[in-house]
Amino acid sequence: MVAVSATEPRHPLPAAATAAPWIADLLADLPAAPSAAVARARELLAQQPLPSRRQEDWRFTDLAPLTTIAPRPLDPAEQASSAPAAPLGPVAEPGRLRLLLDGLRDPLDGLNLPPGLHRLEGEALQAALGRSLAAQGLEADWPVLLNTALAPRVLALRVSAAVAPLLELVNDVGTGQGVEALRLLLLLEDGASLEVLQVQRAAAASATSLLLEAELGRGARLRHGLLAQGHGAASLLAQLVVSQSPGSELDLVSALSGWGLVRLEPRVLQDEGQAATRLRGLQRVDGRQIADTHSQVAFAGPEGRLDQLHKVVADGAGRSVFNGAVRVPRAAQRTDAAQLSRSLLLSDRARIDTKPELEIVADDVKCAHGATVSRLQDDELFYLQSRGIAAAQAARLLLRGYCDEVLAELPGGAAGWQPLERLMGEDPTP
Amino acid sequence: MIRPDAPVLLEIRDLRASVDEQPILKGVNLMIRAGEIHAVMGRNGSGKSTLSKVLAGHPAYSVTGGSVLYRGEDLLALEPEQRARIGLFLGFQYPIEIPGVSNLEFLRVATNGRRLAQGQEELDTFAFEDLVRERLQVVQMDPAFLERSVNEGFSGGEKKRNEILQMALLEPLVAILDETDSGLDIDALRIVAGGVNHLAGPDNATLLITHYQRLLDVITPDFVHVMAAGRILRTGGKELALELEDRGYDWVDEELASLEAGEAARTPLEVA
Repeated sequence: MVAVSATEPRHPLPAAATAAPWIADLLADLPAAPSAAVARARELLAQQPLPSRRQEDWRFTDLAPLTTIAPRPLDPAEQASSAPAAPLGPVAEPGRLRLLLDGLRDPLDGLNLPPGLHRLEGEALQAALGRSLAAQGLEADWPVLLNTALAPRVLALRVSAAVAPLLELVNDVGTGQGVEALRLLLLLEDGASLEVLQVQRAAAASATSLLLEAELGRGARLRHGLLAQGHGAASLLAQLVVSQSPGSELDLVSALSGWGLVRLEPRVLQDEGQAATRLRGLQRVDGRQIADTHSQVAFAGPEGRLDQLHKVVADGAGRSVFNGAVRVPRAAQRTDAAQLSRSLLLSDRARIDTKPELEIVADDVKCAHGATVSRLQDDELFYLQSRGIAAAQAARLLLRGYCDEVLAELPGGAAGWQPLERLMGEDPTP
Repeated sequence: MIRPDAPVLLEIRDLRASVDEQPILKGVNLMIRAGEIHAVMGRNGSGKSTLSKVLAGHPAYSVTGGSVLYRGEDLLALEPEQRARIGLFLGFQYPIEIPGVSNLEFLRVATNGRRLAQGQEELDTFAFEDLVRERLQVVQMDPAFLERSVNEGFSGGEKKRNEILQMALLEPLVAILDETDSGLDIDALRIVAGGVNHLAGPDNATLLITHYQRLLDVITPDFVHVMAAGRILRTGGKELALELEDRGYDWVDEELASLEAGEAARTPLEVA
C-alpha cells in the first residue's frame, strides 16, 4: 500500500488564476489568434480552471470526459476523410437546402440562396455577433469563452422573409479527433420565418463546441431542431442563445443521444415579453454517458408564453441532468409558463437529477411545472403481452412511443437521419 | 351451443391465487368446451376479474394452487404473450392507453404474432390494412382510430370496440371478456355484443365476466356461474342469470355463510 501524506494531495489542485492543464495544452496548440476578441477569450480562459462540480451550474456534471479528448484543434481534412462520404441522411431533396459545415469550404460558396435568405458579412456581422450573448450577460460564460477561443467557423445568415426550404446544417465529425468550434448566427427580421434542422454527429473522441445566436424580430418565427447523434468517447457543448421580440414564435427541439458527455444550454430571452417559446427536449444516456440540459427562459416584459417538455431515457450507468430555469421578474405580468420534465429510468445503476428552477416575482402569472420519474408501466407491458407481443418487444414499443412524442416535433426531413433508431441505439455505433 | 362431445378448450381445477399475499381465488373449478358461451357473475370483489387476469398471466397475481389446462397444455407455465399466441384472449375491463404507439402498428404486430403461431404467413402492411378494414366492420369502428395511439383519448365505448376489433383480428379459441359491458350505453352495448356474437362459433368459446344481466340479454350464455369469495358457488343455465337479476345477490351471501360455517366446523377436526 502506498502511503499518501495528508498534507500532500495526490492530484494537486490547479492554483488560482491558472488554466486547467487540458485547456493550457489546447491553447498552446492553437494557431495564432485571428482577432482581438479571440485573443481576449484565450486570455480569460487561461486564467480560470475548468467548471467544476463545486459550481452550482455544474454540480452534477463532471467535465472529465472532455479532458480525455486530445487537446488539439480538429483537422477538417481528417474529419472529411473519416466522415461517411454520403451522410446517412437522405441525399439532397427538393424543399431542403443542405449546408455541410465541415470547415473544408465556405458552405455558402457558389450557392444561390433561396428568397429571404442572405449571407451576413462585414460590419453587419461584426455588429450582430455577440449581441444575443451580451443581452443575457453570457460573454464570459465558460462554454462561450471556449467557443470564442477556438476561433470558430462562423455561418451567419439574415432572414428577411418566410424562407420556403428547410435549412439543413450538417456537421459530421466522423472519426476525427480533437476539438472544434462552430458558431451560427441567425437574424430573423420582422415577420421572417425559418426552419432549421441541425445535425451534429461524431464517431470518435472529438469535442465540439456549438454556439447558436439567434434574434427574432417582431412576428418572426424560428423552428430549430438539433439532432445530436454522438459517440461514447465524444463530447458536445451546445448553447442555443435566442432573443425574442414581441409577437415572435420560437420552437426549439433537441434530441441528444450517444455522447460520452453532452451539455445543452438553451437560453431564451423574451426581451419585451409577448412572445411564444416552445421547448422540446429528449436525451438518452446509456453506458457511462452523461447528458445535461440546462435551459433558461427569461421574460423581460409581460404576457410571454412558455411551453416546455423535457424527456429523459436513462439506461445502463448513465447519468441525466435537467435544470429548467424560468425567470419571471416584476415586469413580466400575465406570463403563462408551463414546464414538464418526464424521466424514464430503465436501470438501477442509472441516475437522474431533474430540477425546475422557477424564479417568479410578478404576482399575476400562471407558472405550472411538474416532474416525473418512472419506469415502464407494468400495466402497459402486460396489455401488450396479452396481445402476443413478447416482453422485450413490448418494452421497445413503449420506449419508442415515449421518445416519439419529442422526435415527431423535429422539423420535417429529420426522419432520414433515423432519429429514433439512433436514439434507441439500434445501430452498431457504441 | 352445448355439445357434450366437443373438445375441452379450458379446464380449470381448484385454482387458487393471491395478490400481495392476499388470497383471492380459493378453489375455482370450470370446464369449457368448444362452442360454449359461459358467463361468470358475481358481486364486486368476488374474484371474477382476478380469474380473468390469472388466466391471461398478469404478473401481479401469483397462483398458489390448482391447475389450468388449455387444450390439454399447462397454461400457467406459459408467458402471457405465449398464451395469447396460442389463442387465449382477454378483453380488458379498462383497456390501457399507450401514448405514442400507433394503434395500427400495435394491431399488426399482435396479429402477425398470432398468425406465426398458427403456422400462417405474416401480413405485410398493405395486406394487413385490407384485413383490418374488413374487421373494422365487425364493430362498426371509424378507421380514423387506426391512426391514433392505442386507446389514447378513446371514449369508454371506443376502447371496448377496439378490444373486440383485436379479438376479431386475433381469432382466439378462448375469449375472456372482462366486464365488456361496463361503461357502455345501449347502442354501444349492442354493437359490441353483436361483434362478440359474430365471432362466436363452434370451434371457439367465450367466457363473459359480468356484473349485470343486461349483457346476457344480447349474448345468450349456455352456462351461468355465480362466483363469491373466490369460488364458483353455483352453476346453471341462462335462467340462473335471470334469477340473480330477480333476487339480487343476497341469497349468495347466505349460501356462502352456511358454506363457510360448515368449513369452520370442519377445521378443528383437520387440525386434530
